[in-house]
Amino acid sequence: MTDQMRPFREVSPAEALELASSGYRIIDVREPVEWNAGHIPTATLLPLADLPTRIAELLPDRDAPLLLHCAVGARSLRAGAFLVRSGYSNVASLRGSILDWRRLGGAWEVPEQLLTPGQQRRYSRQLLIPEIGQAGQRKLLDARVLLIGAGGLGSPVALYLAASGIGTIGLVDDDVVDESNLQRQVLHTADRIGMPKTESARLTLAALNPETHVIEHRVRLSAENVESLIGAYDVIVDGTDNFDTRYVLNDAAVRLRKPVVHGSIYRWDGQVTTFVPFEGPCYRCMYPTQPPDELAPACAVAGVLGVLPGIAGLIQANEVFKLILGVGETLAGRLLMFDAMTTEFSEVRVWRDPACPACGEGTIR
Amino acid sequence: MSTIRIPPVLRETVGGARTVSASGTTVAELLDDLFAQYPALGTRLTEEGHLSPFVNVYLNDRDVRYRDGLETSVAPDDTLILLPAMAGGAR
Repeated sequence: MTDQMRPFREVSPAEALELASSGYRIIDVREPVEWNAGHIPTATLLPLADLPTRIAELLPDRDAPLLLHCAVGARSLRAGAFLVRSGYSNVASLRGSILDWRRLGGAWEVPEQLLTPGQQRRYSRQLLIPEIGQAGQRKLLDARVLLIGAGGLGSPVALYLAASGIGTIGLVDDDVVDESNLQRQVLHTADRIGMPKTESARLTLAALNPETHVIEHRVRLSAENVESLIGAYDVIVDGTDNFDTRYVLNDAAVRLRKPVVHGSIYRWDGQVTTFVPFEGPCYRCMYPTQPPDELAPACAVAGVLGVLPGIAGLIQANEVFKLILGVGETLAGRLLMFDAMTTEFSEVRVWRDPACPACGEGTIR
Repeated sequence: MSTIRIPPVLRETVGGARTVSASGTTVAELLDDLFAQYPALGTRLTEEGHLSPFVNVYLNDRDVRYRDGLETSVAPDDTLILLPAMAGGAR
């Protein structure tokens, strides 16, 4: 070793045990997948590849005594050299296999396995987010989300939900792919014109994430089938194109206490909000009276900018994640409006109506 | 004069404008002035002289239903938003 390397030394497992009990901070430089299979309880995970970007955050004190380890002593050696070059003054690296540490009685714990190694790799970038982690990812994998409409809004929602590992996605749509859909309905492709949208969606989502279970409901939502459709799901995403369906869905969702993430679009404008029954307003609280149909021209009549459902749909997908993870603040009680022409967001407050025929006082809770 | 934001589905009735101005000290007076300036908008949003129930009226970000309704007082720098439901989505 050169003089420059003196602050760094390799230690035997027996020496490492002594250092650990004398206050050395233990740094595990392995990968998260290895960490999740078992680790020293008091260790901090800091993968070798992340050292340059995360040492300032995780190891602010350059004179703190550090004990590095990996699986067999190679990565911790490199990590130690890097730390010394970065100015750390007291770094030890466990030589040889971590199994020797365990044989000598060094502390070790195997966490409950919430995810498979494959899931840990696939979702690694969101597992790093404190509000998600393994427990949050498990919630996503166990979640069941129903999309009403596999079109403009349903496309971005379905793609991002599947990519992120939502376990079950149901799709309600009785339409087939039309050439004029492809300008915005990015689930579908030119070679699938004429194919049922739910089938096209299933093919796209299966290619993106084979682990996501896609259930096709090739029907139009109606008062007769709404409860059987939504009953088995945790969160409903409303991307329908007419008022009748929205009111039917709302009333059933309130009865069955299902949160509904609502999105609607018109030319350059989009609206998104979230209805959580009895905690916030419902669709009828916001619009007690159904408007005449001429105020609800479908995209086929009014036209719509292709990216608009993309923007509104991704805001809906974001709401779904928060509802499932139980983190952050949803749009419950707020109607978010987006104007693509000026790139402006604005919002108005929406109140629960005590006289609401669906969720107001006097309705059955 | 207060500012009134016109939602996309109604812009054709005011010559395509996103916002227009009107004067009045209550929401009702503001709407009377607005509909006098833009009769086509009034036709779309009123039934027998009354504001249709499917239109939500927000003063700034508050629904006037939870204030004093059409009698809610208006300051000159307030913004009124007329908001009928939008339905477009899937097709």
